[in-house]
Amino acid sequence: MSTVAFKALLFVTLAAALAFLTLPVAAIFVDVGPGELLSRLDDPASLDALRLSLETSVVALAVILVVGTPAAYLLATRAFRGRAVVLTLIELPLILPPAAAGVGLLAALGPNGIVGPALDSLGIRLPLTTAGVVVALVFVASPFYLRQAIAAFGSLDRTLLEASSTLGAPEQRTFARVAVPLSLPVLATGAALAWGRALGEFGATLMFAGSFRGVTQTAPLAIFELLGTDFDASLALAAVLVGVSGALLLAMKLVGPSEVRFGALR
Amino acid sequence: MLVAALALVASGCGGGNEKTIKVSAASSLKRAFEAYAKHFDAAQASFGFAGSDELAAQIRQGVKPDVYAAANTKLPDDLYAQGLVEKPVEFAANRLVVAVPNGSTKVRSVDSLARPGLRIAAGAQTVPIGSYTRQVLARLGAAEARAIERNIRSNEPDVAGVVAKIAQGAVDAGFVYVTDVRAAGGRITGIELPDRLQPRIVYGAVVVRGAPHPPQAKQFVNGLRSGAGRRALTQAGFEPAPR
Repeated sequence: MSTVAFKALLFVTLAAALAFLTLPVAAIFVDVGPGELLSRLDDPASLDALRLSLETSVVALAVILVVGTPAAYLLATRAFRGRAVVLTLIELPLILPPAAAGVGLLAALGPNGIVGPALDSLGIRLPLTTAGVVVALVFVASPFYLRQAIAAFGSLDRTLLEASSTLGAPEQRTFARVAVPLSLPVLATGAALAWGRALGEFGATLMFAGSFRGVTQTAPLAIFELLGTDFDASLALAAVLVGVSGALLLAMKLVGPSEVRFGALR
Repeated sequence: MLVAALALVASGCGGGNEKTIKVSAASSLKRAFEAYAKHFDAAQASFGFAGSDELAAQIRQGVKPDVYAAANTKLPDDLYAQGLVEKPVEFAANRLVVAVPNGSTKVRSVDSLARPGLRIAAGAQTVPIGSYTRQVLARLGAAEARAIERNIRSNEPDVAGVVAKIAQGAVDAGFVYVTDVRAAGGRITGIELPDRLQPRIVYGAVVVRGAPHPPQAKQFVNGLRSGAGRRALTQAGFEPAPR
């Protein structure tokens, strides 16, 4: 193949990839006009779904941040036997099919699951509840944050952390005053990725938490339900999610670390 | 290259020269249709099972399976009125039951569904199983219907979702078709509804216009009323369509 032909191939493949990836997203906005889309959003079920999606994903994100940040710090700053195994296990939900996550959650936390009956005796019942939605979201979204946080803490200049402790700061102070502030851009990127994944969660939520308006029917589930009866309303809700995802991505590009902003190219 | 690969995938990689028809069918037909396919000689049949409403929405968006079979007659009739499919054929009848997890004693009749705190799974109103369920509730007293309505914890996108929630014990009861109880193989138990509450449940099938294999599709639909399809449906617990 000549050099010219290869260059042409590069451009053609990029053009094809770009067209393929943007067409469905663009179609959501083109198929029905923006004005019509907005007017379709006044459907009370759509608004309930958006509110529930916002609430559950924010709570899930809070849980992920509170538990994930210290856990990631430990993984990034300590060498111990089996660390690689722990890292792999943490990343597993990242590539787990959502349907497998749904079955797994039922098998673990469902009424007939491994831990479910014990939870039940404590009066905690997760399937078909809003708490169950949050559990599903945390499960599928947390690896997105953990991975970023581990990378962030791992890439910190060790001399800074050591200087902090040499100066007499206890580790919790080093963590809170040095490690977290220095890692903030990368942590924020991880949080945005996790939040985006949580907002889009569908399969595990439906299987584990079911679909009930105002309780467990998040925006993706409402998009699916509306598809059967009202395609335009379904599109309108999808447009909102696309808008939010786009805003998250844009925010990441603006405040995130330079690798996120500009890609790997240096 | 990519196009060739996609074409290969799209063709279903079906070996030999035998034709493959695509059948979009209501979730409740899964067992019967899969059994029917084994005895259907005119073509291979590949199935997509989901809520009838989702499948109809796909057809309205231009998806063209060869056959569409719904758990009601309204969706096929609507598609026919829109000129998207050939004339609907009524091919089976079904009955609604209350189903409970196997061995559960919490629910013994429709009336006990109104007990506060009970957990019920239903179909979404948009899918036939959900609309039949609302028809049953509408025939109960208003107070009882409201009490049952309050106990519904999930509106599933198809009847398979309702069955799963019951079988998992995530709910105490749910409304499903009598054929689902049989198909679930002992994981759930059905409780018959009194006749006065039983809705009229008739299944409709159509040949989709513009689909690739009209003759085979027509044969598939005809076979549902007499022949191998009829036998498979009877075996699965469906009743013949009313004349």
